[in-house]
Amino acid sequence: MKIDKREVEYVAHLARLDFSEEEKERFTSQLDNILMYMDKLNQVDTSGVEPMSHAITLVNAFRDDKVGESLTHGLSLANAPEARGDCFSVPKVIE
Amino acid sequence: MELNQTTIHELQEKIRTGETTSVEIVQAVFNRIDAVEGVVHAYIALMRDSALEEAKRADLNIREGKIRALTGIPVALKDIFCTRGFRTTCGSRILYNYVPPYDATVVEKLRESGAVFVGKTNMDEFAMGSSTETSFFGITRNPWDLERIPGGSSGGSAAAVAADECIASLGSDTGGSIRQPAALCGVVGMKPTYGRVSRFGLIAFASSLDQIGPFTRDVEDCAIMMNVIAGYDPKESTSVPIEVPDYREYLSRGIEGWTVGIPKEYFIEGIDPEVLTAVQNTIKVIEESGGRCIEISLPHTEYCLAVYYIVAPAEASSNLARYDGVKYGFRSGAGNVQDLLTMYKKTRSESFGAEVKRRIMLGTYVLSSGYYDAYYKKASKVRALIKRDFDEAFKLCDVIVTPASPTPAFKIGEKTDDPLQMYLSDIFTISANLAGIPGISVPCGFTRSGLPLGVQFLSGPFEEGKLIQIAAAYEKNAKIERRRPNL
Repeated sequence: MKIDKREVEYVAHLARLDFSEEEKERFTSQLDNILMYMDKLNQVDTSGVEPMSHAITLVNAFRDDKVGESLTHGLSLANAPEARGDCFSVPKVIE
Repeated sequence: MELNQTTIHELQEKIRTGETTSVEIVQAVFNRIDAVEGVVHAYIALMRDSALEEAKRADLNIREGKIRALTGIPVALKDIFCTRGFRTTCGSRILYNYVPPYDATVVEKLRESGAVFVGKTNMDEFAMGSSTETSFFGITRNPWDLERIPGGSSGGSAAAVAADECIASLGSDTGGSIRQPAALCGVVGMKPTYGRVSRFGLIAFASSLDQIGPFTRDVEDCAIMMNVIAGYDPKESTSVPIEVPDYREYLSRGIEGWTVGIPKEYFIEGIDPEVLTAVQNTIKVIEESGGRCIEISLPHTEYCLAVYYIVAPAEASSNLARYDGVKYGFRSGAGNVQDLLTMYKKTRSESFGAEVKRRIMLGTYVLSSGYYDAYYKKASKVRALIKRDFDEAFKLCDVIVTPASPTPAFKIGEKTDDPLQMYLSDIFTISANLAGIPGISVPCGFTRSGLPLGVQFLSGPFEEGKLIQIAAAYEKNAKIERRRPNL
């Protein structure tokens, strides 16, 4: 067993997800299966290998510090589920 | 042959000589959509009105002699590309009402080249899947057999071309999402080199793997589409500033004297016997065309799937953190939820589907403290070895040939309960995304029961021209029968 229900609950919290009991059971066994499959990577000797995060060698992409076009206030708020005035509206965070 | 069954280059000729107009072509496409879309469901949304307007404008331009690369040609877009002022859902409930304020760079480039947009095609939610069964907007069916899946995640884009519901389309490929559905639907599909096509405005799944490419009826059309979409974009930091050749120049060059690598690790147990026969026939055609086939080895092939299903979910879990119900998309219980954390959790849980949640969970787990080194870091190291395998292989051969998918299209529902089985559908395509190299899937025949099959060619980075060259030579010499699905 690589992962148990308690760990699934903890990871779900980190990922900002909620699951029903039935979903938790299902995810636990599916993730467990997948993680067991991943264990085959332990067969590979990777000593001295640099981890690769991108397929191409990336350099910083700089541009001149010039003001360009940007979205208007209205356009930025146009897709908001809830907005008030010039702001996105969310449940109260500070008491 | 009906106008909607024709290739881009044949239509360009008909447009140029005045034999037909863009309006006629677009009407033929929408007539076909009206006839078959009810059973295929290749689209999430159609752009009927704007398409006719664009076609009229194209005809005006044609009369004035202003013909660009795709003037008047109906093209479909996977619903993962942002389209200014037009709903873009990514196949997810969380973006069901999202209207982007800008166009993706590829959309802009197609627009500038005169293309007419038909609609937004169906896809697995957030491009996570191999069957187009996980879309919030319902499944897409394979035009060759409506009981079967079209492949995924760009299944809608592949099915739309195969069912003659557009002339060409765009998809995105993170682990094979262009090449696998192209193979299963009997069309040409290319994933360019990572960095060749700008990802600006592509809704991100796994940023180090995602790449945009075309679906077309033949290799010449693939070259035409690539000419339009490839190139540096200052708006995208991983876009590579190197010159783009004219891909059409590679079409008639042939492959005399080429060395073609056959990786022994790709001919594994579990591969469908008809797929195997089709690839063996391809190898014969390559030899008859003047290519020399040699056996090569890509020793880390068996680890590709495990690396991919660590790297892709890890990147996805961080990319999908932006869907929190604040700035756009679905929000759960608007106004009634008292605290922010509950709002986040309810919003995400109610609006992501099971496969997306599974990958977010997997990604969050492999990146979490205590497991990062064991999974993510280890996978990133093995990824380096996979890339090294290809670097070594391309010292020995010009291109590599493999099957595109281990089986023909499977039945709807067949693999939905077993994620690992589903993940195995991408076993031949994933390595190219990990290494960043380009790949093309080309039709290579049919099964006895009439399902299309595809063969994959791979080349070194930025050598898409070579892929066009061998694919065109193969297409010409293999003389694969031109069939149409019986819809």
